[in-house]
Amino acid sequence: MSARRAGRRATALVYAVLGLFTAGSLFPLLWTAVAASQDNARLAATPPPLAFGGRLPHNLGRAWSEAGLGRALLNTTLVAGTVALSTVLCCTLAGFAFAKLRFAGRRALLAVVIGTMMVPPQLAVVPLFMIVARLGWADRLPSVVLPSLVSAFGVFFMRQYLVRALPTELLEAARMDGAGSLRLVRHVVLPAARPAMAVLGMLSFVQSWNDFFWPVIALTQQNPTVQVALTGLGRGYVPDQAVVMAGALLGTLPLLLAFALLGRHITGGIMHGAVKG
Amino acid sequence: MTATAPALEEPAGPGERPAVRPPDAAPSRRRPGRAHRYTPYAFLAPFFLCFAAFGLFPLLYTGWTSLHRVELTSPDHMEWVGAHNYLRLLQDDFFLNALRNTFLLGVLSTVPQLLMALGLAQLLHYRLRAATFWRVALLTPYATSVAAASLVFVMLYGRDYGLVNWALGAAGLGPVDWQNGTWSARLAVSSIVIWRWTGYNALIYLAALRAVPEELYESAALDGASRARQFIHITVPALRPVIAFTLVVSAIGATQLFGEPLLFGGAGGQKGGPSRQFQTLGLYLYEQGWFDYHLGRASAVAWAMFLILLAAGGLYALAARRPARSAGR
Repeated sequence: MSARRAGRRATALVYAVLGLFTAGSLFPLLWTAVAASQDNARLAATPPPLAFGGRLPHNLGRAWSEAGLGRALLNTTLVAGTVALSTVLCCTLAGFAFAKLRFAGRRALLAVVIGTMMVPPQLAVVPLFMIVARLGWADRLPSVVLPSLVSAFGVFFMRQYLVRALPTELLEAARMDGAGSLRLVRHVVLPAARPAMAVLGMLSFVQSWNDFFWPVIALTQQNPTVQVALTGLGRGYVPDQAVVMAGALLGTLPLLLAFALLGRHITGGIMHGAVKG
Repeated sequence: MTATAPALEEPAGPGERPAVRPPDAAPSRRRPGRAHRYTPYAFLAPFFLCFAAFGLFPLLYTGWTSLHRVELTSPDHMEWVGAHNYLRLLQDDFFLNALRNTFLLGVLSTVPQLLMALGLAQLLHYRLRAATFWRVALLTPYATSVAAASLVFVMLYGRDYGLVNWALGAAGLGPVDWQNGTWSARLAVSSIVIWRWTGYNALIYLAALRAVPEELYESAALDGASRARQFIHITVPALRPVIAFTLVVSAIGATQLFGEPLLFGGAGGQKGGPSRQFQTLGLYLYEQGWFDYHLGRASAVAWAMFLILLAAGGLYALAARRPARSAGR
């Protein structure tokens, strides 16, 4: 992949323009950290701070406890982890069926899956709210986990991958050897699907971590996810702007770390999905 | 759910390997009886059960709710009102305002974003030192959540102490009231969207660029075609499907725009600014349902959004078919 010859050699101008865009991408994040290291009075003064102050640990601590970011991070990890796991499992099975098995209604069902990829989440919130209210689940994590357990995109993504990555001969051979459905999945389908499963898992985790609309409706500041807690901060729940910035930093840091560590896989996954999808 | 052999798919499509005999031809081995036919559905069941319960049912039930008067305080009590909620929407200036804003913000955020992404992809396509670093760095805004990004941009765009106005002042330009102005606020909200998604789209374009055979450019260069002509005659046609894909995805995203304007609006964010100058359909739905307590009206807004998307999709399909046919493909 990296051995492939890609395009012309970059000139200094190319690096300069790329550097400019990269600075634009990174600056707001860097400045979040700068603002989170000041005290509130410094943020209401001209010129705005451009260097780090000494209050970063203090403000992070206040965001952790006062703004409920500590609890929110734990909640979000639980929610996003469950969602990613369930999405990967359910979508791999369904994607395998659509890619390699024949059954009545296959085309119609696949059309339904592709069609619903376009449906905005706003269409579901009112009935979901009514269900949650009736079950008495308001402010409880299952109310945000259940609606995200599967994704139509995930099924489509796994199907596109498995159509090519899983040789039909291999399935046929396994079947000759008398492998049943469960063994077939465990020993043939899952190993072949693993790279795509990893990508889908990462994408689902990021998406769930950043899920906004429904959690803001379903949860309150008593038991928030990160996004809900940050929304509370935006509404003036804690008036100290430096603490608000510390909250934004805390809520973003885990994903940024993951991107820094797994960067190559994530960019590769997005590009791979783009070409196949 | 014991050992049952599923019916395998015949390899389909011209690009695939030569066909193995379809498995139905050899079902005598370990014939598992009826369960045989049901295995595919067992694979599909987990997905479709969740999907039906939390995707399809709410979609349809939203339509049903939109024909009723339902209060947030007693969601179990529904009173039939027919098309009243929809008729009311058409006469509501705030709804029409939200519709217009959604469209304006969509254009303001999508067009510059995709153009910049296209340019960035060209740059990333050069042979670069530390190629992965550039890609990951440009993708970090995508890892930043809507909420965190919006909070930071609110501070950067602050009227009195914000960095943007300070920089403008240093350049001799007057301070802009980003949150209360009309177009300035719309630009500011769009800039959050642009910041978060440009790098992501650039990677998608880059993937498409890398799939264009290098020989095409080489032979064009031999024929004396300039860089600009190569771009217009090779790159753009090759990228057309991907550009269409990102346009559709961005348009869907734009229709749902919610978090950025909500947080940019501060404490009363659901109104989308003091003069509702950036209230989107998503915010209007939220305000109707959870601030004015009318779940029926909120449902009608949701379905109106759905119908608008369907109409846009239909138009797009029509537009996409025409040029292809006239080009004789």
